[in-house]
Amino acid sequence: MRDALGVGVAVGLSGFAFGVTSAGSGLTWVQTSALSLLVFTGASQFALVGALAAGGGPFTAAAGAFFLGVRNAFYGLRLSQVLALPRAVRPFAAQWVIDETAAVALAQPTRRGARIGFVVTGLSLYLLWNLTTLLGALGAGAIGDTDAWGLDAAGPAVFLALLAPMLRSGTERAVAGLAVLLGLGLLPVLPAGVPVLMAALAAPVVLWADGRRRGEGTER
Amino acid sequence: MNIWIAIGVTALGCYAVKLAGLLVPAGALERPVVKRLAALLPVALLAALTAEQTFADGQTLVLDARAAGLVAAAVALVLRAPFLLVVAAAVLVTAGVRAVGAG
Repeated sequence: MRDALGVGVAVGLSGFAFGVTSAGSGLTWVQTSALSLLVFTGASQFALVGALAAGGGPFTAAAGAFFLGVRNAFYGLRLSQVLALPRAVRPFAAQWVIDETAAVALAQPTRRGARIGFVVTGLSLYLLWNLTTLLGALGAGAIGDTDAWGLDAAGPAVFLALLAPMLRSGTERAVAGLAVLLGLGLLPVLPAGVPVLMAALAAPVVLWADGRRRGEGTER
Repeated sequence: MNIWIAIGVTALGCYAVKLAGLLVPAGALERPVVKRLAALLPVALLAALTAEQTFADGQTLVLDARAAGLVAAAVALVLRAPFLLVVAAAVLVTAGVRAVGAG
C-alpha cells in the first residue's frame, strides 16, 4: 500500500513535469494532453517532445519514442500469461501495459490478485497521469520561462532515474557508455533525432561482441 | 501539423507494441537473444537521451547548468533517493546555478 502511494506520487509529479516540459517544447495543451491520453508511456512521451523541441522531423522523433515503447511488448507477454485475459478484453487492457502496472501485477501471488493489481494500478495511474499532465501544461504558461526554473533538467533526470537500476552488469554499462558516445559524437553531423536512433545500435553491437567473447571462452 | 503527425504515429506505434505483447502466443519472443536485445535497447536509448538532453543545444554540444543538475540527480541516485527526489534535485540545482548566473 505504501509502495502504491509512492508510485502514485512519483507518477503524478512526473506527469506534471511532462506537461511543463511539453509546453516548454512548443506543444499546445491539447497536443500535450493528447499524448498522455493516447500514448500513455512516460519515457516515450518525454523522448518525443524532446526530439521535437530539438528540431527533429515527426517520423525520426516518433521512431525514438517507439523504440523506447518496445519494452512494453515484453511486459505484455508476461502479463498475458499471468492475467489470462479473454481475447475480447485485450485491446482495452493493452493501453495500461506499462512499467508500473507490470511491476505491481507480476508481484502478486495469485491470478485474482494480479488482475486486481493491474486494474487498480492501471486506472488510477491513467487518471493521475492525464490530470497532472493537463495541470502541468496549463501551469507552464503561469510559470513563464520554464528554463529559469530548471525544468529543462527534469527530462534527463527522469531518463537517468529509469536507467540507473538497469545498469546491473558490465554488459549494460558497456551499452550505456557506447550509446552516450554515439549519441553525442553524431549530434553535430546528423539531423536532430537521428543520433539517438544510431545510439540504439549500441545494444546489438555489445550483445554481438559479448556473444563472440563468450564463444571464444568456451572453445578454449 | 508536423507535431500532430508525430503524436499520431507515436500513439499508434506505442499502442501496437503494447497490444502485440498481449496477443502474440507465448514462446514466440522467448528466444534468449530477443529477450537480451529487448532488455538492452532501453539501456542504449535512455543513456543517449540523458546525454543529449543534458549537453545538446540544437546541434552543438554545450556545458551549462543542466550538467550540474544531472550530477545532482546522479548523487541522489547513488544515495538511493526516491524517484521524486532525484528529479527535484536536478531541477533545483539547475535553477540554482542559473540564478547565480553561472549557466
